[in-house]
Amino acid sequence: MTTLDADRCACGCTDAPCFVDALRQLGRQRFDELGWPTRRDESWRYTDVSPIANTQWREPGDALPADVYPADVARFAIPDLDAVTLVFVDGVFRPELSDDASDLGAGVTCTLLPEAVRERASWLDGRIGTLTSETDDAFTAMSNARAGELGVVLHANAGARAAKPVRVLSIASDPTPVAAHPRHVIIAGKGAGVTFIEHSVCLADDAVSFTNAVTEVFADDGAKVEHYFLEQDSERAFNVSTLAIRQGASSDVHSHTILLGGRLVRNNVMPTLIGEDAHCLINGLYVGQGRQHLDNAMRVRHAAPNCRSRQHYKGIMNDRSRGVFTGRIIVDPVAQQTDAIQSNRNMLLSDDARINARPQLEIYADDVRCTHGCTTGRVDDELVFYFRSRGIPENVSRAMLIYAFAAEGFERMSLKPVRRLLAAEMIAKLPGAQGLSIELD
Amino acid sequence: MSNAPLLQIENLHARLADDPSVEILRGIDLTIRPGEVHSIMGPNGSGKSTLAQLLAGKEDYEVTDGRILFMGQDVEDLGPDDRANMGMFLAFQYPVEVPGVSAMQFLKAAVNAKRAFAGEAEMDAGSLIRHFRAKAEQINVPFDMLKRNANEGFSGGERKRFEIYQMAVLDAQLGILDETDSGLDIDALRIVSEGVNSMRDGMRGFLLITHYQRLLEYIVPDFVHVLVNGKFVKSGGKELALELEQHGYAPFGVHEHAAIAPPAGASA
Ligand SMILES: Nc1ncnc2c1ncn2[C@@H]1O[C@H](COP(=O)(O)OP(=O)(O)O)[C@@H](O)[C@H]1O
Ligand SMILES: [Mg+2]
Repeated sequence: MTTLDADRCACGCTDAPCFVDALRQLGRQRFDELGWPTRRDESWRYTDVSPIANTQWREPGDALPADVYPADVARFAIPDLDAVTLVFVDGVFRPELSDDASDLGAGVTCTLLPEAVRERASWLDGRIGTLTSETDDAFTAMSNARAGELGVVLHANAGARAAKPVRVLSIASDPTPVAAHPRHVIIAGKGAGVTFIEHSVCLADDAVSFTNAVTEVFADDGAKVEHYFLEQDSERAFNVSTLAIRQGASSDVHSHTILLGGRLVRNNVMPTLIGEDAHCLINGLYVGQGRQHLDNAMRVRHAAPNCRSRQHYKGIMNDRSRGVFTGRIIVDPVAQQTDAIQSNRNMLLSDDARINARPQLEIYADDVRCTHGCTTGRVDDELVFYFRSRGIPENVSRAMLIYAFAAEGFERMSLKPVRRLLAAEMIAKLPGAQGLSIELD
Repeated sequence: MSNAPLLQIENLHARLADDPSVEILRGIDLTIRPGEVHSIMGPNGSGKSTLAQLLAGKEDYEVTDGRILFMGQDVEDLGPDDRANMGMFLAFQYPVEVPGVSAMQFLKAAVNAKRAFAGEAEMDAGSLIRHFRAKAEQINVPFDMLKRNANEGFSGGERKRFEIYQMAVLDAQLGILDETDSGLDIDALRIVSEGVNSMRDGMRGFLLITHYQRLLEYIVPDFVHVLVNGKFVKSGGKELALELEQHGYAPFGVHEHAAIAPPAGASA
């Protein structure tokens, strides 16, 4: 990680250092203190990051730009979704493949982060890094050290509603390992509404990438933010993502995470509810096969009274894959009348697949409703028999039941084209479900 | 069509696959010909559901002697789906809730599986809906039921009606009804019975499994068999059911607390 000692202003400002520099310095210091996490770190007990630490990573842009054409981008379109798509290939923004972001509606602006640091400092100063600077996570520290170089800012003025979602499409094309540390900042002013999709895909099955993305979401009072993370990396890719959210009063934030690819994936979702009557929904599905390792770490912090949080995470693990779910709920002493529900349900499809699930409740207020439930099971034999007794072959019966288990969470998504895409992806993954055409509406 | 038996059960012995010490069926013989309605009556634990599930192909039970022929074919190597696609239908005593799959999707998959089995193309969406509607009218179930997840949140009565509806949609040739009457109030019992009666066409056969005689007032059987401890202890015509109503299973050495007539508000 030689570039951690960068001496120029990383966002390309001419009069360095700029206001992001303090964050970068802090990040460098913190990473030096923490070092790469090991299995002795409680938060990384089930996940070994040494393959990331031991790989020689190239910087984005070190090589010639990869040959990627509009037809490649079209392959990863979400059919029928009208969105502004910004394309990054191996960590490099590709304007010629991206949509024009100017028609998001009045009061809604989307720009690249380095540009925003130079030209929209008032939006970012006092926001960027405030949700991540005091981290005890080495990957987030690393991201802090690189903040400003890469990423997207989506900003909505008070009361503004984005006309369409913004989709950041990250394409890995390169079999030589490239590491990228994008930082996205989503700012929804009072009563504003935005939808942001992070879509991570690979052009080649052998693309080796390491993405360490941090997304900071600021949902001011009454704002509505919907965030999607659709992870379809190659099975040789490493993906660490952190979604840090600050919610004002009566704000409503929905996070949907679908992990389908990746060799080693760590998915952190960390909302802090600091205003009264804030609602947050954390919806997730992780589907592993082969030797995939999919680790989900939730940390929901209730820091104000009368807030509601819902966590619904499901895992489907096949072959020798391993799923991890850690669901932390912290209820501060002030957060009376907290209503928090966490549910994690897992389905194991093979004898060698594994799940480690642990709820961690830290409740410091007395008048709260806080429930959690965790199950791990197999496809129910009684149900398979019921299906077969109606003539449905065994493989189709199982495929339908696994599909139904997965699809429950799709119904919580407001974007129907995303639901349809995921339905198709799931059906493609389930032998026997092909041609089943389970309609969603 | 010939008068060849739909179902022939010969000297059937079966035990629990997981625990061979639990013998459940101890020598059952039964022949059902086209058009016939047979009833099996027996006290709790006598092996009624085991027989029904074994016929449908449940793998929890191991046949230790005897055999089952369906449409003249030994079912030993036929999976539950093959049997169903050949025309066998089991209406479950306790239909399971199917999370996330609507009744419509479930039946669509079943209808198309049956067509694939017969070497036919899938039914187009329009014909399928017309078929579903026609059967909903015949069996007297609200069509809206099909939009809900199969059996999920259904009342006991709704589940039983949905079972009969499925039997009609799949055009079963042999309907095996495992205590479809239990837990039904009089109105639901009448609807279910009329549904079954609407399917009697001189060709289809039915096996009505019941604890109580009440169902047989609505669906009149041709033959009644009394199952006790895994064996038929008596077979006869419909008058046997009335005999059981009067004397219970006591003449067969069984002493139950419950009367033969269901207690008011009895549920499954
Ligand atoms: N899957 C099973 N596991 C354990 N015991 C079983 C199982 N199926 C049936 N039995 C036993 O076999 C006997 C007959 O059960 P069953 O066929 O359900 O009776 P019925 O339907 O007449 O009430 C009972 O003693 C029951 O406990
Ligand atoms: Mg029974």
